[in-house]
Parts: sequence; C-alpha cells; structure tokens
Amino acid sequence: MTARIGVVTFPGSLDDRDACRAVQRAGAQPVELWHGDASLHGVDGVILPGGFSYGDYLRCGAIARFAPVMGEIVPAAARGLPVLGICNGFQILCEAHLLPGALTRNAARRFVNREVRIRIENASSAWTSGYQPGQELAVVLKSGEGAYMADQATLAELESRGGILCRYADGNPNGSVAGIAGVVSEAGNVAGLMPHPEHAIDALTGPSADGLAFFTSVLQAVALA
Amino acid sequence: MTSPDVSTRADAAAASLTPPPDTVADAQATPGRPQPFAALGLTADEFERVRAVLGRRPTDAELAIYSVMWSEHCSYKSSRRHLRQFADKAPATDVLLAGMGQNAGVVDIGQGYAVTFKIESHNHPSYVEPYQGAATGVGGIVRDILAMGARPVAVMDALRFGPADAPDTHRVLPGVVGGISFYGNCLGLPNIGGELAFDPCYLGNPLVNALCVGVLRHEDLKLAAATGPGNQVILLGSRTGPDGIGGASVLASASFGGAGEGAKRPSVQVGDPFMEKLLVECCLELYAAGLVVGIQDLGAAGVACATTELSAGGGTGMRVSLDRVPLRDASLGPAEILMSESQERMMAIVQPADVAPFLAICAKWDVPATVIGEVTDTGRLEMTWHGAQVVDIPPGSAADDGPVYDRPVRRPRSQDALIGDDPARLRRPADGAELRADLLLLLGSAEGGDKSWVTEQYDCYVRGDTVLATPHDAGLLRIDELTGLGVALATDGNGRFCDLDPYTGTQLALAEAYRNVAASGARPLAVTNCLNFGSPEDPAVMWQFTEAVRGLADGCQQLGVPVTGGNVSFYNQTGSVAIRPTPVVGVLGVHDDVRRRLASGFSVPDATIVLLGETRPEFGGSLWAWLRHHHIGGRPPAVDLMTEQSLAEVLVTAGARQLILAAHDLSDGGLGLAVAEACVAGGCGCVITLPGDAATFLFSESAARAVVLVSPAAEESFSRLCAASGVRATELGRTGGDVIEVTGQFAVSLAELAEAHRRALPALFG
Repeated sequence: MTARIGVVTFPGSLDDRDACRAVQRAGAQPVELWHGDASLHGVDGVILPGGFSYGDYLRCGAIARFAPVMGEIVPAAARGLPVLGICNGFQILCEAHLLPGALTRNAARRFVNREVRIRIENASSAWTSGYQPGQELAVVLKSGEGAYMADQATLAELESRGGILCRYADGNPNGSVAGIAGVVSEAGNVAGLMPHPEHAIDALTGPSADGLAFFTSVLQAVALA
Repeated sequence: MTSPDVSTRADAAAASLTPPPDTVADAQATPGRPQPFAALGLTADEFERVRAVLGRRPTDAELAIYSVMWSEHCSYKSSRRHLRQFADKAPATDVLLAGMGQNAGVVDIGQGYAVTFKIESHNHPSYVEPYQGAATGVGGIVRDILAMGARPVAVMDALRFGPADAPDTHRVLPGVVGGISFYGNCLGLPNIGGELAFDPCYLGNPLVNALCVGVLRHEDLKLAAATGPGNQVILLGSRTGPDGIGGASVLASASFGGAGEGAKRPSVQVGDPFMEKLLVECCLELYAAGLVVGIQDLGAAGVACATTELSAGGGTGMRVSLDRVPLRDASLGPAEILMSESQERMMAIVQPADVAPFLAICAKWDVPATVIGEVTDTGRLEMTWHGAQVVDIPPGSAADDGPVYDRPVRRPRSQDALIGDDPARLRRPADGAELRADLLLLLGSAEGGDKSWVTEQYDCYVRGDTVLATPHDAGLLRIDELTGLGVALATDGNGRFCDLDPYTGTQLALAEAYRNVAASGARPLAVTNCLNFGSPEDPAVMWQFTEAVRGLADGCQQLGVPVTGGNVSFYNQTGSVAIRPTPVVGVLGVHDDVRRRLASGFSVPDATIVLLGETRPEFGGSLWAWLRHHHIGGRPPAVDLMTEQSLAEVLVTAGARQLILAAHDLSDGGLGLAVAEACVAGGCGCVITLPGDAATFLFSESAARAVVLVSPAAEESFSRLCAASGVRATELGRTGGDVIEVTGQFAVSLAELAEAHRRALPALFG
C-alpha cells in the first residue's frame, strides 16, 4: 500500500506544493491538509512546509501553532506519527513545543537565500534513516529568521541524546548556535530543519537531489510502524 | 442594488466623522465654487475640459476621479500618440491572445498554455520611502498579472541607483532590496533575475522597475470588463485606508522639487504581502469555480480606476455605494476613498446567483469581500455616499478619453558635442599588466561585480520550477513538468547608450534582452517595456522619448517580436536635471525543453571556447570608458538585428542539439568581463588567445556577440551550424586549470578574480 503523507497548508504557506512534489517523487501519495480542518484524514506522516504562515506576524509560527490542525498533530506526534517541519514548519514545531529551542533573526539581519552544505548528525530518525551518519548534502537555505537558539542545558541534552539532526557543514550562514541546522525529538519521529530538502530533489531545479532521502526515509519508518 | 441599502450604526458613525459630501445637486447649485484642481495635478485647461464633459462643475468626488485618471501615470497623455507605433509596426504574429491596453499582454506558448508578463515602474515611491515603495511595486505588478486570470509564477527587478559610494544610495538601495525581499519572499514568488546598475543620474531618482510573469490555460483568460447589467460589483482584499492618496497624480506625475520629499510620504502605499498571497489563492479558486465575469486589480488610482475602466471596458454603467467600501480609517470621505491606493485589493464582477458561493470562497481564505454596487445599462458611472449622489459621469470620459498631448520635441544642441566626443582619444591599456588591472577594475566594480549581496535576499527556489536565475543571462522557468516546456525572461537597459543615441540605445537594450533569452536556449517571442524618462514638458526629453519609442518599434518589427504592453514613467528628474533616458526592455522566450537549458558558467575542462560575432573598436558608452576614464561620449555600438537573429538561431539550435555546454552573452564589459564571469561561475580557468588588438577584444561592447563552450566532439557540427547561419565563430582557446591566461598578455588566478568579484558589493554595503 502506498504511504499517505499529509502536507499542511496554512494561510501564507508557500512551499506546500514543493513538499507535495517531493513526497510524490519519493513514491508516496501526498495529501493536502487544511489548517482549519481538525482532522489528519488518516495520513501516515505530516509535513509542515515552508512559507510565512499568517504572514509571520507577531512571531514566526506563533499563530500557526494554534490552528485547528495543530490540535490533531500534537497528540498524534506524541503517539509516534512522523512529523517534519521545514523552515517555517520548523519554527511552528518549536512554537508548539514539539521541538526544543527557537529560531531567531539571522546574524546578518538579512534574509539569506543560498546553497548550503549540511552534515547529517543523526541518521536514525524517521526522516534521515536513508542517510549515513556524517553524510553531507547540498541543499537550499532561504530564511530571515533561521538562527537556531537554545539554552546551555537544552544544548547539552540535545548533544547527549542525539537530538541534533544536522549541522551547517560549510560555515555558519545565519549564526545558529553550535551550527545547528535541524533537531529531532527523543523518539526520533518529529524533526525540524531550516534548510529545504524538498528543493533538493532534482538537480534541474535545485542544487542537487540530495534531499530526496528525507522523503524516502519516512516511507521506511511508515512501513516498519 | 438588489440588496437593501441598510445603513448600519457603524455607517452612521462613519458618516458623522466626515463633513457632508459635495453632491451632484450641490455642483449644479454652486457652479462657481472654487475647486483645488491645481493641487490635485490638473491644469486649468484640463479642469475646463472636465466642466465641458459634465456640463457643470465636477463634485469633489468627480474631480478626484478625473485628477487621477487624467494624470500622466494613468492616461499616458504625453506618450499615447507615440506608443501607437507599437501597434502600427507590430510584426505579423499569431502568438498574442491579448495585447496592449489590457492589464498585461498574453502570449500563446503552445501545449494549451499562455503566459502573461509585464514590467512597471515604482520609481518615485521607492525614492521617498524605499522599503515600502519597492515592496508595493512588486505587489502592484503581481495583481496586474493575477487580473488576467493567470497564476503569478515569478518576478524580476531592474534596479538603478546613484553612485554606489554615495551616502543616499546607502539609504535607498538597502531599503529597496529589503522591500522587494520582504514582499516577494512572503508572496512565494521566485525572483529569477533582473538588473542592478549605478550612475550619478539616478542619485535623486532611482529606478525600480518590477516585472511579473504568470501562467494560464488559454480558456482561463480574464478581461477587465463589467458586462451584464444586474451583475454585482464586489471589492475584495484589504480595507481601504488613507495610504497612497494621489500616488498616481501628485507623486508619479510630477518631478521632485529637490527638498521636502518627506512631505510626499503619505502618498506612498504600505504593503501587506500576506494579504496579497491570500488574495492570489482566493482569486485563483474563484476563477477555477467559474464565479468571475470580469476582474480588475486596484493599483494606481484605486477605486476610481477600477470602476471607470471596468464599466468603460464593458460598455455599460455602474452604480456604486461608496459608503459600503470597508475602511481602515472611518474618517475617509468619498474623494479620498476614490483616490486611495491602498494595496491588496481587487474588484470583481459577479452574477447575482454566484455572490453567495463567491463570498464563501473569500471567507475560506479570510479575504474580506463586500458587494459595493452593480452593473447597469445606463452608460453612466454613478456613486452615492449614504444615499446622496456624489458621482454621475460617463466612465469612458475618465478611462479612455482623457487629454492627449502632442508635446514639443527638440533634439538638444548638446547632442552633437556628446557624440563628437569620440572615445578613440581615450588612453587604452598599453601592456598585459594594464589589461589585467582593467579587467580586475571592471570585475570588482559595483556594476560588474557579483550581485549576490542583492540576490541572496530573494528566494529564487520557491515553487520548484526555477531552472535558471541570476547570475545566468536569463531567468528560466519550467512550465510543464512532463514535456519540459518553459519560458525564459530577461530585462535590459543601458542609460549610457541611450544618452548618446536613444534610438540605437533602445535597440541595443532590445537586442541584449533578446540575446540573453536565446543564450538560455529559448526562442524569443514577445516584448514588454518600461520607459523611464525625465519630464515630458522638456522638449529634449520628448526627443529622447520619441527616438526610443521609434527605435523599439522598428527593432521589434525587424526581430519579429511584438510589444505586448508596457509602462511609461515620466518626470524622473530632480529640478531641471533629468535621468539619462532609460528604457528597460523585457523579452520573453519559450524553451521547448528546459532539461536542455544553457547555463552561463564554464564548468567543464578541456572544452573549446568560441567567440560568436564581430568585434569592432566600439567604446562609446562602454563600461570600460566609464569606469576607467569616467567618459561617456561618441556613438554607441552599431546595431545589426539581422545578425542578432542569426546569433539567436545558432544559440537555440546548438542548445537543442546539445552542441554547446554553456553560453554567455557579451554586453557591459565586453569579452573580458564575460569570460571572467563564466570562469568564476563555473569554477574552471582557461587559456585564450585574442585574434587582434587586445584592448578591443577584451573591452569593446560590440553587439550581437556571445561566448560559448563547445561540447567536446561537437566542434565540427557547431562550426558547420555557424557557417550555415552566417555567424562568425572564432576559436579563442580551451578551458582548464585555475587561472585565466590571455596568451602573451597576462594571467590572473581564478581565486583573485573571484575575490574581486565577490567583494564588490559587500565592500560597499556590508
């Protein structure tokens, strides 16, 4: 049976279409989920895509976390549903306290749209099992508030339990603490990262096809669940 | 009205905030009442003409309508009679589904797809308030594209500023770039290219020209026409506020006075890209559901423009209750509501039975929508304010039949001295060391340097269909994932060339954009333009303008690419000093299979580098003459559009047959800058031998040239193709190593070139 991966559209979501395409390329069926619909329609995993949900007014992700669909995603994540937040989706996951830490304004105070290299630190999560530990990927970073921040205790905890999903491998483009580009929950099912694996599924339209394994990894996780 | 006109308590409260309106009855009763027509930008003659049209003095609300609709910005009164050439000289074509006069031209690209594209200026707002001015420039052009029934899919920006080291440029440039970044990124439209240029003439008048392209199926085309009496008029999007009042008239249609431009800040609009994103998705869902009879965006002149153009376009009338327009500021009166340029608004014509489902889709997207009137068969545009009639005009008199001027045209006497100042007198680099220094000067200048400082602030990846973006010659978008059909876009303009000869300079801009599109492997198909000039009341400026229009119309005729629409921006001057004439030309091309796109970087070693075209000593208006000698004089490079066509044919055919690996057009900075850019971008060095005078071959800006990297084993096929097309092909050398070596002259490492290139803008802007 084909896995069904939901992609949430909030008002102001922008990369929802790209996430659906990546899911399709990976061999799964994308399911469009609407922010105002308090149902996950039985999907096997959920992606919160990039964009500017609710215009990023107030604070990135601060309004989206209260959307009806999030009322379903939070308990489902606790039960083990694979959830991936990309860029704005990562910000929403942090605001919803599904992941620790926060994303703040880039160190240079400007939006950064750039090809970056990231290194996979945890290759056993639901979204990264298709990679080797230490594998480097060429992906796109495009965000204004992408600097990951967490207090010392949280950082120590992340380090000790393998909570760092990936790091920037070629310089630090936005001032993230410890070069952190993405983090993952203790159970390994909820992951968030600022760079965009869904924009790296085809060298024709992105820097590489290195990001595709995020979307094939989750099919393994779904098949094993 | 089909729905009862019930005044709510909020309406009553609002009415009490505004003074009693000037009604049609008042206008008849007080024919001699003084009216502030001059402050609104109308001349005494134009005001008399309004009185003649109406047979009485206008009401305050009517005066507001005529003042904005008859402004230069909306009426094209100084340019209209010249712009006719674009239609009169239009090449025979069957690709145009909608042409000039619509919100944007629509071009058939095959496989049932059409694209619509347009470029527009937002120069004056971007000087007064750079961030919001530039942001709303993006927002405005996107709504023009949306109004045609298309999904907007990408934007580009052609930007021109004062000297890169001038203090005010450090106020204007970061603000403009930040505004474009803020608005375009939040809207989810990839920014796929554009221009960045610097010249002292733009110090007090920067140019911010925004282009948008949209895609639709043929059957989805929408037109701005209010048809079907009884149909409802719905205003959707943001509430109307006091921002941008008179933007089209007092701001866009007047020169800057030199001081106190801050006082014009209330005429600059404030943008909300989040609302625009909702409006885009909402409108596309409304179109798909078949609920829209006609639609118009609200840009310059706001409600005044939308109501007059929709009813004039439909050949109908319209009755509007202005007090129903949802407001952000309850103290606004009818005239201010009509003139407000609040952003993120559209006006739709909807059948009565479709109003409920229409409003339901708007509610789904949290887009406010209000029925404000209905289409009538009276041929009159009538508006009321809490029941009192404040407007009663024939809509065509405001929308179509404004004044048309035949402004005096005079070639300035100084022109002869300018073109007589031959750059042949300039000292050329005498040896390899000087050639090397000049190449680094060009590559490390703000004009020739890497533009990443700007383009890294724009999202070029969103929507996942961007195949090429800056720094490639053209932006290239995939339209169909299965067939690989795509479109390429490039904009070009050169104020120095146009200063020397506006006719030739404009054709050079057209030729360069055409060549850039072909360099991606796409066939050039259609043209848009943004004509940036000084005051039309100056006969010398009008001479530049008429020469530019004639040059563009003739050029498009020869190249067989029709002008689909455009924008004229006059009054780009501070005091009596006008900008250099700066027509910006956008060319759109169709790519049969974007998987065979041509990039501009040299990334493959041991491949042959070939120069296409003829190189002559042409330094007039060149980047080298400007940067090395601060010289602008002589004649611009000669134009040969037949050769441009042959060159484009070679590039497109060679790309499709995969005979070449890369192509880069030669323009500012000549072959030297082009080869350096291609090597730095691709990370591969080269050894080249110049077949004549080194300075000429490196820095002359002769047109109709490109440099290509030929696929190994395809050399013979490629040279046969060039010979058959009559394009001169000169083998220069081969790629390889990490140095650019010009045989017998100099060598420079890629690292040194890349560093100079990369540092250019960060060194200036941080």
